[in-house]
Formats: sequence, C-alpha cells, structure tokens
Amino acid sequence: MHVPDGFINAPTSAVTGVVAAGAIAVSLRGARRELDERTAPLAGLVAAFIFAVQMLNFPVAAGTSGHLLGGALAAILVGPYTGVLCVSVVLLMQGILFADGGLTALGVNITDMAIVTTVVAYAVFRGLVKVLPRTRRSVTVASFVAALLSVPAAAVVFTFLYWIGGTTDVAIGKVATAMVGVHVLIGIGEAAITALTVGAVIAVRPDLVYGARGLQQRLRLRVNGELVDAPAAHPAPAPARTSRRTLWVTGLVTSLVLAGFVSFYASANPDGLEKVAADQGIDQRTEGHASADSPLAGYGVKDVTDARLSGGLAGVIGVGVTVVAGSAVFWAVRRRRTADASPTAVENV
Amino acid sequence: MHGLPPHTKLAAVFAFVVVVVSTPREAMWAFGLYAVLLASVARHARVPARFLLKRLLIEVPFVAFAVLMPFVAEGERVDVLGLSLSVNGLWGAWNVLAKGTLGVAASVLLAATTELRELLLGLQRLKLPPLLVQIASFMIRYGDVITDEMRRMRIARESRGFEAKGVRHWGVLAKSAGALFIRSYERGERVHLAMVSRGYAGSMPVIDEVTASRAQWSYALALPVAALVVCVVGWTL
Repeated sequence: MHVPDGFINAPTSAVTGVVAAGAIAVSLRGARRELDERTAPLAGLVAAFIFAVQMLNFPVAAGTSGHLLGGALAAILVGPYTGVLCVSVVLLMQGILFADGGLTALGVNITDMAIVTTVVAYAVFRGLVKVLPRTRRSVTVASFVAALLSVPAAAVVFTFLYWIGGTTDVAIGKVATAMVGVHVLIGIGEAAITALTVGAVIAVRPDLVYGARGLQQRLRLRVNGELVDAPAAHPAPAPARTSRRTLWVTGLVTSLVLAGFVSFYASANPDGLEKVAADQGIDQRTEGHASADSPLAGYGVKDVTDARLSGGLAGVIGVGVTVVAGSAVFWAVRRRRTADASPTAVENV
Repeated sequence: MHGLPPHTKLAAVFAFVVVVVSTPREAMWAFGLYAVLLASVARHARVPARFLLKRLLIEVPFVAFAVLMPFVAEGERVDVLGLSLSVNGLWGAWNVLAKGTLGVAASVLLAATTELRELLLGLQRLKLPPLLVQIASFMIRYGDVITDEMRRMRIARESRGFEAKGVRHWGVLAKSAGALFIRSYERGERVHLAMVSRGYAGSMPVIDEVTASRAQWSYALALPVAALVVCVVGWTL
C-alpha cells in the first residue's frame, strides 16, 4: 500500500507534503504535552513496536496471510498525537532505508496511512467510548469499530488524492470500488487483530492503554469492615474548555453545510461588479485567471459533471483549505504572543 | 561516495527523485538516461548490481498494479497481441514503472552507501525537528531489539507446539502483539530513566557536527543537476 514515486503527480505530492509536515508539527507539540520529556524514548520504542508488529503474520486461509497496519492500534494505545508521530517515523524510515514508498510520495503516504487512519480511528474510538457503558468490553468493541472504519477511510482518501493528482485517468468509480472493496476486507482483519491486541494489553496493564484512561474504578479501601472511597491520589484534571470547542465545531459544520449544499441555490451572478461588467460589456478584455485550469477553477471541481456535486465539493474543499491555512496563521500568531507575554506559561499552551 | 557527508547525499537523492517525477512521461529516452546516470553512480560507489536488483524487488506489488492499468484505464484502445489495451493506461503503467523504479533505485543507493547513524545526522542537519530525529534514532536503535523479542516469542510459541494455521489462532498472536507492546513501552520507560540518570534534559548532545565543503556539495549535486538538464531537454523537445 506504500505509494511509489510517479503515482501521484508532483503538485498533489507537494500539497500533501505540506499537510503532512503541518500535522507532524502539531503532533510534536501534542506528544510533548502527553509525554513531556519522555517523548523521544517512548515514542521511539513504540515506533519500533509498530515496525516489528507489521512483520507479525496473521494467517488467513490457504497459505495467505495478512499483517497489521497499526495506525488504529497506535492511536488507541498511545494516543492520537504520539500515534501519528510513531507511524510517520515508521513510514519515513521505510522510505529512506528500505525504499518502501517513494521519497516524493512521502507526503501522500504519511497523510494517508499515518494521519487519516490514526485520526479517524481515534475520533471513532473516543465517540464510542463516550456512548458505550464504561467497561473494558466496550473499549474492545470501540477499538474493533475504530480499526474497521480507519482502513476504508484511508482508502477513500487515497482515492480522493488519486482523483486530484493521479497520473493515469482510470475511471474514478473503478478506483473507488476496487480500493474501498479491498480495504473493507483488510479492515475486518485489522479490526479483529486490533481489538484482540488492545484486549490483551488491557487485561495486563490497563493503565498503559491511552484510550482507556478514565475508565479505572475508584480505589476503595476496606476500613473497619466497610468500604470507603480512597482519597484521590492525583488532583482532578481541569475541566475541558468545551464552550470554545463547541463554537469552533458549530462554525465549521455550518460553513461546510453552506459551502457544500446551500451554495448551489445561490445566485448565478453573485458578484455585483461582475454582473455590471457583463451588462456594460466592459469585461470583454478580461483575461482568464492564472489558475483558470486549476482543479478547482470557477468554484467547481474539474471532471465532475454534476453541477451540484461539483460546486458542493469545491465549496467543501475550499472551507477545508481555509480552515487549515487560517488555523496555521492563528496558531503561529498566538504562539508568538504567548511566548512574548509569559515565558513561563508556554508549557501550558 | 561512501565518504560524502550524509546531508549532501540526502539532498541530492531527493532532488534527483523530484526531477525524475516531474519529467514528462512521453520522453522515454530521458528515463533511459536517468537509469544510465544511476548506474554510473552505483558503479562509482562500487555497489554490486546484484544487490541493487535484489533490493528493487520491494516494488513488485506496485508492478502488479501497473500491469492492471492498461486493462482498466479509459480512452482510446489499441490491440496488442489480441488484447484490447487502453493507450492512456499503457502510458500510465510506463509512467509508474519508470519513475517508481528509478526512485527505488536512488533510495537503495542512498541506503547502501550511508550508515544508519549518519543518515540520522544528515536528517538533523537538514533541519528535521530534533525531536523527530530522536524518535527515529530510538526506533532504529531498538528496532532490532524489539524484533528479536518478537522472534523469541515465536520460538517460545513454536516450542510449545503452537502453529498458526488460520483465523482461529489470531487470539494467541494478538496476545503476543499485546505482550510485545507492553515490553516495548516498559523498555521505553527504563531507557528514559537510564537517560535521565545520565543527565538527559530533553535534547541529545551534538557530538560530531557534520559539515560539507563546497567541493563535496558540488560533487553530490552533480547527479541531480545532470538529471535536471535531461529533464529540461525532455520538456523542450
């Protein structure tokens, strides 16, 4: 599944490279917050584990066998940030040392296999753990579903990248059917192995499973024959800032809905200046924009004939790009400001 | 070649692959020239051809994919040996095969002429985040240890008469994987404590700074520059 050089064209590879670099930068900060100075040795050893476990063969039937991809497993066992880092490092080393996956395709490979699988798996896992009863069995069930969905999600993203920047025009429907079909099967295997492995770890060292933190029962002591809650060993964690996150998520969902669906019903002459120019004939000399033949030119996605789908997709992609770019700028500015204001508080950002 | 500073080699290989990828696929002769360039580098570095070819085998899964392309791609069709193939698919297959093989060959040459440790120093020199380089270095240092641990578990399983035959045995294998994770994680904790007791405070000391002279840079960059000339000619023709 490692994409070689020349499979995805150069611009798409460059863009995914930027995405991958950004995600790794975020993960580095996040992992340092999760593991502080233990990051390097622990994440390194977990990366070595992922690397080794990918070589563990699981026989399927009649001489065929499969192996674990490990994105979902890493996310559940060590958390999303460290998981992204570990899988990315494994991919980087495989690319440089074993020539497995092209160097220019590193961005595609990392985006697809490290970021998408880990993030999807962890999001699904967290959601399910919140909904299901707080038991160990539900952690196993949640890992199963998370791994099951993460592999086809990666296949979908790969199909999407192939559609934007594939070097051969195989009908996208065919690619999608083949990729998703195969990866649903792979996903079932991945899900079974991940769930069994998480179950095995949770039976021995439940404290090591990142995703199962907070599921521990309160320690109870028997004092003079009656059960008493033990005093908390650790201070309770600060309440999460949900309000801002809710605002953020609502805004994102709204803009996606607006861009994706409502935009179709918008006026065909959205820009007053353009309308006037067209009426008065002063746009005769307007030349095509430099990016007129870009995949998203004219607020439509090239090669998608259905106008509604095309416009909607372009909107969604636009919102996604804007959010990423905007967040990057905001993040950089905020980081500098906090660094100036209170050097001691940087650890908590 | 073996003595060149690692970051110059990394930069050269990366630039070479970028140039190869951005060459138009219709310029078939250009890819032949790239192959000649790589072969001369291999000869210069005294990397045996047999070794190079053996390592190229890693590409086989994608070769299978490339072979499928002419059958499924769109566009006009030609008849070759009684098979109806898509012209576009044939170009696509050629594109992936040529560029993929050249990329793999370049990476193999890099790995064959550079020590692991040097490679990491080179990555650090190329301004990869230090934490990422540290993670990679721990992965490489302990990769063999963890793999050996997995091998010992396999020997222990097999000496007790276990043989994985099918899906029914996944439980046992997954328990091994779980045990392997716990052992890796705990080893990581021990490694961290050992490092702290030796004065580790979040960053590794830089003992040997790698530097490259102008001559070394130009020597290393000869390959991508030559490739760039071929690429430019390929675009203009």
